[in-house]
Amino acid sequence: MLTSAHWRKTLEAVSIPIAALIFSLFLFGLFCAAAGANPFAVYGAIYKAAFGSWFAFQNTLIRAAPLMLTSLCTALPARLGLVIIGNEGALVMGGIAAIAAGLSVAGSAPALVVQIVMAIAGILAGGVWIGIVGALRHYRAVNETISSLLMNYIAIAILNHLVGGPMRDPTSLNKPSSFPIPDADKLGNIPFTRVHYGLLYGIVVCIIAYYLIQRTTFGFAARTAGGNVKAARIAGLPVGKLTIAICFLAGSAAGLAGMVEVAAVHGRANESLNANYGYAGILVAFIARHNPIAASVVAILLGGILASGSILQRQLGLPDATVYVFQGLVFLVVLYSESLYGRFAIFKEPEAPSLPPPSATLAV
Amino acid sequence: MATEALGWWGVPLGIMAGMLRGSAPFLFVSLGECLTEKSGKVNLGLEGTLLTGAMSAYAISYLTEKSVGPAISPWLGVLVAGLAGMVLGFIHAWLSQQPKVNDVAVGIAMIIFGSGIAFFLGKPFIQPPAPQLPTFDLGAWSNVPQIQSALKISPLLIIGILLAPLMAWFFKSTRWGLFIRAVGDSPDAALAMGISIAKVRMLCIIAGSFLAGIGGAYLSLYYPGSWSERISSGQGLMAVALVIFARWNPIQCLWASLLFGGAQAIGPALQAVGVEGGYYLFNASPYILTLLIMIITCSPKKTLTGAPGALGTFT
Repeated sequence: MLTSAHWRKTLEAVSIPIAALIFSLFLFGLFCAAAGANPFAVYGAIYKAAFGSWFAFQNTLIRAAPLMLTSLCTALPARLGLVIIGNEGALVMGGIAAIAAGLSVAGSAPALVVQIVMAIAGILAGGVWIGIVGALRHYRAVNETISSLLMNYIAIAILNHLVGGPMRDPTSLNKPSSFPIPDADKLGNIPFTRVHYGLLYGIVVCIIAYYLIQRTTFGFAARTAGGNVKAARIAGLPVGKLTIAICFLAGSAAGLAGMVEVAAVHGRANESLNANYGYAGILVAFIARHNPIAASVVAILLGGILASGSILQRQLGLPDATVYVFQGLVFLVVLYSESLYGRFAIFKEPEAPSLPPPSATLAV
Repeated sequence: MATEALGWWGVPLGIMAGMLRGSAPFLFVSLGECLTEKSGKVNLGLEGTLLTGAMSAYAISYLTEKSVGPAISPWLGVLVAGLAGMVLGFIHAWLSQQPKVNDVAVGIAMIIFGSGIAFFLGKPFIQPPAPQLPTFDLGAWSNVPQIQSALKISPLLIIGILLAPLMAWFFKSTRWGLFIRAVGDSPDAALAMGISIAKVRMLCIIAGSFLAGIGGAYLSLYYPGSWSERISSGQGLMAVALVIFARWNPIQCLWASLLFGGAQAIGPALQAVGVEGGYYLFNASPYILTLLIMIITCSPKKTLTGAPGALGTFT
């Protein structure tokens, strides 16, 4: 709540990330100028491609949907003090499970049932994938950052193996793919837009995640363990179960992103699933400081930047990796901004209140 | 075809060749990471450094071929790759020592930033061939072409192999090595000795990134010997995991790197003798191996022997 007691803190939490974004835009402008492009033309192109028109904004929203979901894969474990970056792998595994489940029930069940089965399969597969990372962390003390990143490569290898062999549709020649799900079973669009229902999934899941972390005993236990593991153990919190449960939930969000990509965008599983939504999701989580509601807003911003990649390539002749440079710059500046909290006097609550507390006046 | 003449012997031979050919990047990155972690900081961003090193080495070798000749230009590339690594290392060292900034998160950011820079600047160099590093042909005695090609040794690998015992000696027997170990194991004691923790860590991270950059030069200038965006595919990251397996001991980094070089060759070696199924899965074997090794060697009950005391803590 925006009470008068907290407004300075809220202002700090909002203005520092925004200042970081603006500063990284400035650095990016310098980089573009050094690479021989007019920085203002670049800013203009990004704005136009991301938010310039209703058509462009819908493109942005389509990209924001998976970002919202994959960002939770980093944001939720972060509350428990874990740095998990297996977003890409969980998305890919979710996509594979969703297409496998969808193909097995398609044709014999109504579209809604097919979609629910696909979603459950994606959630379970992604959840188990990151749940393994959590279990390894708890039972074997395996570094979760490294193991989750290794699991990304393993997931992509499994995807390539399955769509190149056991699950391959023989008619897909240039790009090995699985069989497609029927168009009737694909996830539809939100009325009056070109944006699929995945966006709604993303927003709803972000709200649930926020409620779970901030407003339930489970979330409180997780945040306590994240703050001080020893204290949490002494208080009798089941740290191991919490770790695995949070990791499962984190992975299931990314797995759902894979299902959305399969069921709404591609209609089949192939290497397009591996489109860096996972890695961009890590960045979203860090900019949003692991707050799920903030993540859904940041996802729209970053979705816009991703949407502008091809425009930069076509209009300004910049390589497609420009977007990665920008993402890297934003990430570095946002991390630096972590050290700025509490440094500005303007965001500090005034220490001595000008009025004496009521009890003191009464006592006199 | 000679492969058929060798039959299944081609598989162990291919793996051995892979050890000699593919292990140098692992070796350089893991030695660099070993140096960094001994000072108490983690640099996950060496994957980005490896890519930047590979790109800059290739670009410099290609661009300077005309002016300095194809014999010197690859070595110039190696040097510039190391320098480019130092620049990234400086960014990492400065940022990860700011208050309240998590060095693991900085590492992830540096992976994205380093690979972004490498892909951005490396776009024009994907096609043209650049002069490659020379090799020592130790297999001239044999008339089997596979053995001849397997025993082609890059001078960079020899430098790396010599560097491992040198670094072990440096940690054990020199004053500077003691400073680094003190900063990594017990920053308070280091402070009492009058050592600047920030400076030691800065130098260790920069020197480690220099080595990782050279590992990248090996990738693009010797094996696989061309620049593409998929050239490293996680080798920098595996090398970071390998340091844990090697218990922060440079000599063991050498053995572990040879093991990983061999694991990387399993997929191509099996494909060469005609095992086609599961090609992608065999190619994933280094990742699976890394994961298995971490599962076996880590333990929740005790801290690992050899682990620097201050690793992963905020100071």
